[in-house]
Amino acid sequence: MVISQLKYVLIFAVSVLLQVLLFNNIVIAKVVSPYVYILFIVLLPFDIPKALMLILAVTLGLTMDLFTNTPGVHASASLLIGFARPLILKLITTRETLESFSSPRVANMGFHWFATYVTILVVTHHLFLFFLEAFTFDGFFLTLLRIALSSALSVILIVLSQFLIFRR
Amino acid sequence: MKNLFKLLYRYHVIFLFVLLQTLTLTMVVTYNSYQRATFFDSSNFFSGTLYDKLSSYTQIFEIRPVNIKMAEENVILRTALNQLLIKASHGNYKAADSIYLPRIAKDSVQKALFRYTTARVVNNSINQQHNFITLNKGRKDGVKPDMGVIANGQVVGLVTNVSENFSTVISLLNSKWKISAKIKRNDYFGSLSWNGKDYRRVQLNEMPYHVPVQNGDTVVTTGYSSSFPEGLTIGTVSDFSIGTGSNFYKIEVMLAADFKNLVVVGLIENKQQNEIKQLESQNKYGN
Repeated sequence: MVISQLKYVLIFAVSVLLQVLLFNNIVIAKVVSPYVYILFIVLLPFDIPKALMLILAVTLGLTMDLFTNTPGVHASASLLIGFARPLILKLITTRETLESFSSPRVANMGFHWFATYVTILVVTHHLFLFFLEAFTFDGFFLTLLRIALSSALSVILIVLSQFLIFRR
Repeated sequence: MKNLFKLLYRYHVIFLFVLLQTLTLTMVVTYNSYQRATFFDSSNFFSGTLYDKLSSYTQIFEIRPVNIKMAEENVILRTALNQLLIKASHGNYKAADSIYLPRIAKDSVQKALFRYTTARVVNNSINQQHNFITLNKGRKDGVKPDMGVIANGQVVGLVTNVSENFSTVISLLNSKWKISAKIKRNDYFGSLSWNGKDYRRVQLNEMPYHVPVQNGDTVVTTGYSSSFPEGLTIGTVSDFSIGTGSNFYKIEVMLAADFKNLVVVGLIENKQQNEIKQLESQNKYGN
């Protein structure tokens, strides 16, 4: 039990550090900037209490805000997907599957399911985040383009992480 | 009462979500002014130290070009100083004559309203709508809010928050900051801000039609803001057009400073800033 909690503390730290030290510095063609720190929320176990997940999501977001000078923006976006995740799971999975596995991993759920799940979470998050950051509907299509391309890259990176580091 | 608790428990997730979302969105909205809560700021100890450590490794690769640039700047400054010395001595004495240096030096100290110091950039971004720069000097080193920040004599930003060892700078690439700027050739001024699109271009607004503008015109600071002396380079006009339905030009300014490659910046302190601010604040309450 303690070991599994420690594991999630580690995932939290790795997600934040990867984002802050590596991916925040990546900007491709002035439009694409991936946000992969939500990996932490993606990987949380199925049976986590919803209230706890909201608190963890907000903590994750505030930690990001601390590094990017954007008070509330990341907190708000990651809180949203913390709230949406149970609904998304309900939408794409049956109760039996959720009960037979402990947490969302490619190894448990299959590549196809995992990719769908990550895509829905990432797109929700990026849509909210980029518009909140821009705080205007000026340049609506530019923002949409940024969201589409950044989401694509984030999804690829998060799914890829399943094969590289977070195998269990 | 019992029913209320039942209700609260039943929907506690939704209540918690709404509560937290209200809190975070309030944070976002109150951020409209760039004077934000100091806590959420990379000048805080925790993230400042991490960025400082990281940049001390990554900047090793950037030091060489910076040194070359600084050497070039030194040459330019030396030349300018020499010319000043010659002017000051009216050609009667040799510029390097040490006897006359003290008098000239005293003279220029009185005129020197602006004091310059340097700092190292420990964090910088260009990919957001509201970009900030973190510097490795803080209150301890005499950095104060509203000090101007320059790189190679070109405008970069303005100090907003200061902690003991670090300070954050609102970058020119932040759509929430405006600075007054003028065209060097004819002294017409407007307001300069960033539209958040291209990190190499900012926009000069409020420039009326009758003003002659040309591509390649140098845009400099006006000196109306107490943070920057007059005549610091900001960039050059790269494109201008007549906005539809407005009386002003839309002028695109190519930035002179390379924001993607900031390592060492200069901080400008205006010794009379307090006096100016006090005087100006009297106007606000006066009428």
